[in-house]
Amino acid sequence: MSNTFTLDGKEIPFQDGQTVIQAALDAGVYIPHLCHHPDFPPHGSCKLCTVKINGRQTASCTMKAQAGMVVESNIDELNDERRALTQMLFVEGNHFCPSCEKSGNCQLQATAYQLHMLTPHFDHFYPNRPVDASHPDYLLDTNRCILCSLCVRASRDVDGKNVFALGGRGIKTHLLVNAKSHRLGDTDFSGEDKAANVCPVGVILKKRQGFAVPIGQRTFDIKPASEYVDSRMPTKEV
Amino acid sequence: MSASTKPKLKVATTSLAGCFGCHMSFLDIDERLFELVEHIEFDRSPLTDIKHVGPCDIGLIEGGLCNAENVHVLREFRRQCKVLIAVGACAINGGLPAQRNPIPLPMILEEVYHTSPGLHNGLIPNDPELPLPLNQVHPIHEVVKVDYFMPGCPPSGDTIWKVLTDLLAGKEPVLPHELLHYD
Amino acid sequence: MHSAYIDPILERYGHNPTKLMQILREMQEHFGYIHSDAIDHLVARLGILRTQVESVAGFYEFFYLHPPGRYRILFSDNITDRMLGNMDLLEQMCRQLWIEHGKVSEDGLVSVDTTSCTGMCDQGPALLVNGRTVTRLTMDRVEVICELVRNEIPLEQWPAEFFQVEENIRRKDVLLGSEFQPGAALRAAFALGPQALIDEVKTANLRGRGGAGFTTGLKWEGCRNAPGQAHYVVCNADEGEPGTFKDRVLLASYADRVFEGMTLCGYAIGAQLGMLYLRGEYRYLLEPLQAVLENRRRANLLGGNILGQAGFDFDIEIHLGAGAYICGEESALIESLEGKRGTPRNRPPFPVTHGYLNQPTVVNNVETFAAGTLIAERGGAWYAGLGTGKSAGTKLLSVSGDCTQPGIYEYPFGVTVAQVLEDCGAVNSQAVQVSGPSGVCVSAAEFERRIAFEDIPTAGAFMVFDHSRDMFEVARNFVQFFAHESCGFCTPCRVGTSLLRNLMDKLHNGHGSPYDFEEIKRLNVLLQSMSHCGLGHSACNPVLDTIAKFGPAYEKRLQHRDFTPAFDLDWALAPARRSTGRDDSAAHLHDEAIGEQP
Repeated sequence: MSNTFTLDGKEIPFQDGQTVIQAALDAGVYIPHLCHHPDFPPHGSCKLCTVKINGRQTASCTMKAQAGMVVESNIDELNDERRALTQMLFVEGNHFCPSCEKSGNCQLQATAYQLHMLTPHFDHFYPNRPVDASHPDYLLDTNRCILCSLCVRASRDVDGKNVFALGGRGIKTHLLVNAKSHRLGDTDFSGEDKAANVCPVGVILKKRQGFAVPIGQRTFDIKPASEYVDSRMPTKEV
Repeated sequence: MSASTKPKLKVATTSLAGCFGCHMSFLDIDERLFELVEHIEFDRSPLTDIKHVGPCDIGLIEGGLCNAENVHVLREFRRQCKVLIAVGACAINGGLPAQRNPIPLPMILEEVYHTSPGLHNGLIPNDPELPLPLNQVHPIHEVVKVDYFMPGCPPSGDTIWKVLTDLLAGKEPVLPHELLHYD
Repeated sequence: MHSAYIDPILERYGHNPTKLMQILREMQEHFGYIHSDAIDHLVARLGILRTQVESVAGFYEFFYLHPPGRYRILFSDNITDRMLGNMDLLEQMCRQLWIEHGKVSEDGLVSVDTTSCTGMCDQGPALLVNGRTVTRLTMDRVEVICELVRNEIPLEQWPAEFFQVEENIRRKDVLLGSEFQPGAALRAAFALGPQALIDEVKTANLRGRGGAGFTTGLKWEGCRNAPGQAHYVVCNADEGEPGTFKDRVLLASYADRVFEGMTLCGYAIGAQLGMLYLRGEYRYLLEPLQAVLENRRRANLLGGNILGQAGFDFDIEIHLGAGAYICGEESALIESLEGKRGTPRNRPPFPVTHGYLNQPTVVNNVETFAAGTLIAERGGAWYAGLGTGKSAGTKLLSVSGDCTQPGIYEYPFGVTVAQVLEDCGAVNSQAVQVSGPSGVCVSAAEFERRIAFEDIPTAGAFMVFDHSRDMFEVARNFVQFFAHESCGFCTPCRVGTSLLRNLMDKLHNGHGSPYDFEEIKRLNVLLQSMSHCGLGHSACNPVLDTIAKFGPAYEKRLQHRDFTPAFDLDWALAPARRSTGRDDSAAHLHDEAIGEQP
């Protein structure tokens, strides 16, 4: 049997050890995702990439591809649930797109467009979360954090710095900065870090660069998330 | 749209805790406004200056709920309108005014009327004519049932046109991907 | 100043970062909380990151990064505690101590708050003071405690009966009723050899007593056959399911059986180390259990060449949890054992091949290990003859709630709910919550159903509710529990359990409408299909069960026909009224809601 499975009826080849989402993205097929990033081991927390495999729902980022699998992804039932998860992320934090520097380049926003989210639907939590401007070049606005842990993984696995971690529990889970003061300015974080360029939302932001690209020319103004296929969006050179 | 003999739909609009930007965007449907008024007539709206809304087919709400008056107006709209539409970011998630939400209201009033320069030793206004602020700003779906949502800050004239013309045609409004944005 | 108490602790744990939880616990027992400077010291001495310490400490309920008061009082808040009036007692205590629920007193003396079920449902209401269990609370007892706190009397000088935990064993069968000579099961096992021992356990058809019911023999065999540098035995004594307390009794009175069962498993799978993961709420059992281990070492039932069995070296460590229900999930428990946040792992791989330190690991329930000793002694065929076809042996039930004889009942599998109710002196029963909030709510019409994997599987909780109880409030308490205990890893459970809690509060506060019912049903589908682990999957169970079986309890909450806000609008104006001093009619919003029924 050849190494292929079907995804919404389309034959997808895969290499041994690849996960379902890796194989799908390599084949140019989009599955909505936020915590998955092709450069990092799977995390499996956002659950946006959940698909139906042989009728059973599972996260496609942690499920290894197997020959002959029948995978459903772009179906109303799943997209409705993905939209609800996205709505949960929107009400959990403070996501005010019009005043966010990341708007237009934000994967959460683009995914919400992709899922045709018109309203956050649920009642908002309006949490009280800190903004940290202590670093000379970078801003940390945790109001927008979706706890995908990409910065944690990037700083640990690529930068070797371990600047970030997740702390707390349950609905109080939050981003931790590795300094006694808990301030980014008191760490060795720098703009060269992978962690500085991996945040899918507007938490880790370069200072003095907000709104540099006009509306109409930003990443997801040009084409929707599904056409970028994976998270390796063009680095925004300004 | 072809001219019809059907009775005109009554439409009401209002801005609660909003900046009237969504209303400005409404005007951005430009010359199509003439076509629109063939099919609709305005009840309460900044365009008519009617103070209270009567029975309507469609209510367009800009802005979230910041104070008691906003609540009265929204409830009146919900009572009178068959279809209620949240227009713009503030009506949908509170928007800019809701960014005060993590701060306790008494602290905000203290800061604005007692601490900030310019209003030093001022008093917190207590005239019964003034609507009292709510402890937090809420999007309108948290207080009344909302039928449709038009995101955007503001939603473009095209978006507003699309939703209204779909409704006039008796269809569920559908926004194509290019008209869907939150900013 | 912190090195003085930290260094000896680090020494004792061999400067091993995987022991972080035990190190933090001992540091805190010494200093009262985990001081920021103490973290500096840990970071330097263990070569770990500050964030590692803070993220672990921040995950567990019983670790404090800020001073929690010299007396930290946590009232157990299971539904059975509520039924016994714990909230009145808590308020009384707050009043007497002049403090606000959940806040530390200004002089830093005391804080009073709630915590999830502490496993004392048969002798509640209960509380923990500085980690020690106080049972059978009354207004009088609360008054004395306030006095002791105000006078800063050390816990050692508090009346001993406050800390007394009763066994309340009401019915014994083969496990609780048989004499046990420590070493007897091991001798029998050595006569068989490891593979034959596993075969006996398979023949016995022993299934996991934590509720899921996986076949124990297969687990042991799978682990034995899994390649690895070392194999491990883990005993899951993180008995966090509200309403369950049978492991507490097994560990208090049958510890030798439990440890011997672990040792049997070690022999079967070729392990040298076993770990007992003891829930933090059972801190008071630590020293007695260590004494049992010490006795077993002296008797060569642990250690090198056990009972002369050449090459069989095995010892047992105790790992104390720190207040996190999720650590009852086996992969979260293993993370916790490794000194990390208790977040369930992505599975597969399963612990049986990739468990503790990524090595093959058997994780079994306390009761499963204890039952293993019976099988070694008397044989698998004998054991398989007990109980029912698919559920061999006996089951311990932790019975609490509306009955005259709460406590531990051991029955052969297959006993009916009605039989248990009769035996425990329950009358006028409306419902039984079997296996805790994540289990099933059984209504009176179903009391002939049986406790068995074929019908109602259970980890052991059996909470009885008579007709005076409001089943909506029961479900609301369980939903609060899940929201509190969600680990926060995956979106659906982290946010969904809080949304569900808010919806139940909305109904409780009289703002409910059919809209909210639909929302609850929708959340249920989402949590079931999207959550990372069983906590999220089962978080909606109590609500759906009680909606289906106790509809009227919900209908009376449906005070509105149309959508109603979750909060009271007039209440939302109160801060502005206070700031402005206004109270005129325009300063109020009345509940004139649209379409409301009179």
